[in-house]
Amino acid sequence: MGKTRVAADVVFHEQIASDVYSLYLRVGDMAKEAVPGQFVAVYCNDKSRLLPRPISICEALPLKGQIRLVYRIVGDGTEEFSKLHAGSVVEVMGPLGNGYELLDKKAILIAGGIGIPPMLELAKRLSCEKEIVLGYRDEIFLRDEFSTFGRVTIASEDGKHGIKGNVIDAIKSAGVTGEAIYACGPTPMLKAVKAYGLSQGMITQISLEEKMACGIGACLACVCNSRDVDGHTHVKNKRICKEGPVFYAEEVEI
Amino acid sequence: MNTEVTLAGVTLKNPIMTASGTFGSGEEYSEFVDLNKLGAVVTKGVANVPWQGNPTPRIAETYGGMMNSVGLQNPGIDVFCKRDIPFLKKYDTKIIVNVCGHTEKEYVEVVERLSSEEVDMLEINVSCPNVKEGGIAFGQKPEALESITRAVKKKAKQPVIMKLSPNVTDIAEMAKAAEAGGADCLSLINTITGMKIDVHRRTFALANKTGGLSGPAIKPVAVRMVYQVAQAVKLPIIGMGGILTSEDALEFILAGASAVAIGTGNFVNPHTTLDVMEGIKAYMINYKVDKLTDLIGAVN
Repeated sequence: MGKTRVAADVVFHEQIASDVYSLYLRVGDMAKEAVPGQFVAVYCNDKSRLLPRPISICEALPLKGQIRLVYRIVGDGTEEFSKLHAGSVVEVMGPLGNGYELLDKKAILIAGGIGIPPMLELAKRLSCEKEIVLGYRDEIFLRDEFSTFGRVTIASEDGKHGIKGNVIDAIKSAGVTGEAIYACGPTPMLKAVKAYGLSQGMITQISLEEKMACGIGACLACVCNSRDVDGHTHVKNKRICKEGPVFYAEEVEI
Repeated sequence: MNTEVTLAGVTLKNPIMTASGTFGSGEEYSEFVDLNKLGAVVTKGVANVPWQGNPTPRIAETYGGMMNSVGLQNPGIDVFCKRDIPFLKKYDTKIIVNVCGHTEKEYVEVVERLSSEEVDMLEINVSCPNVKEGGIAFGQKPEALESITRAVKKKAKQPVIMKLSPNVTDIAEMAKAAEAGGADCLSLINTITGMKIDVHRRTFALANKTGGLSGPAIKPVAVRMVYQVAQAVKLPIIGMGGILTSEDALEFILAGASAVAIGTGNFVNPHTTLDVMEGIKAYMINYKVDKLTDLIGAVN
């Protein structure tokens, strides 16, 4: 069945950090289709805001026909979403993009900031041994939900939680090892993860983001530079919304 | 009820088409939209060779609108003919190929290449604000527009639509120039050049600094220009600029457009094209309009 666009009921919505919210939406079969690393496009009810907001899927709950989104307020659109409450209706299109390829190799899940949410569904689905490394600027969220899936190592910029420094500092100081890296987070973090993963000979997948319009690969707004010629335009521009957002690190120039 | 419209001898089952650059060649949207129900699919601009396009960010939202500076990334005419035309041929809709280039020679090369292809019309993009050479450079001076229209017409086997830029002082003068060059049809408006600044980062929102503004924010400008052009020339007009609803589309038709294109509206809802068509049918029933052509230019 693939992608659909549905009017989703808000089932539950709560604030989990100062500007971070957790939103459960009833989306029907979209919940069955979703795989870790995919995202949905959430439309604003205020019609002066035309474009849907791409938000990663934190959890898919197919038995309940629900998905969970954990997002941060970064502008007017997400500010509007933060006002949604149980019973509100919001238009959602998804699931979109290509998620992580699940490998049967000892995994290191590395995420920073609002890149952390999609790792939760990934942690649920990966049946192999895994290490989880989470980087925060200061305030902690979602940490406890990861602890059932593996050892969780925390890094924070101010050192208030876990290891002072970034996720790579945390990996080194906690002696985290593995064969496959799955990462999501801000671009500077992904650059460091790419360099680290490839230098260690680990299979490294990273999830990118960019401003999007259509969300389905038609408008060519959200491209990234790729190592190889892309299949769509035959230049070196892969579409983050379509071929991504998850790429093997060596595929993309970041 | 008859919703057919005819543009330069090409009859469309209805006046709804897609605006170039917003719909690819239809493949991505075909998951949401039955392309058989569209009057025509207008493809993303295609050049003689692949174009890389502009750096990112290429998109910025504005109040009631959006700006883009994609820069006509496209796979070039060879891939397009091999992949995109056969895809569209599977559907019962008209195929309109948008053609772009840096120089007159490049436009003509694409037009010549398409002469042996089964496509219904050509739309010549002389109005893209996001590329440094070509594009809008041909669409802002009447002499240049007339000259490129003539050059394209000399080689084209299909009817030629010239897509006009709103970034001009007198749109009617531009329309007359295209008509004088032999254009068969006009489409308008392309995007309006704009700029957005991120005050927190003190940077431009778009990597290209400027971009093309589209969406409901530009609709009144577009309706006005369609009306002015309809008064100035005899050519059929494809109207576009911020259409989200059937009422928006009807404004363009009443102002003088024979057909309308949905662009940014596809991003707002992938189903917009078909919703607009349903709304037009409901309007025709409500006001007892038998033929859609009776509405063209029917503003009092």
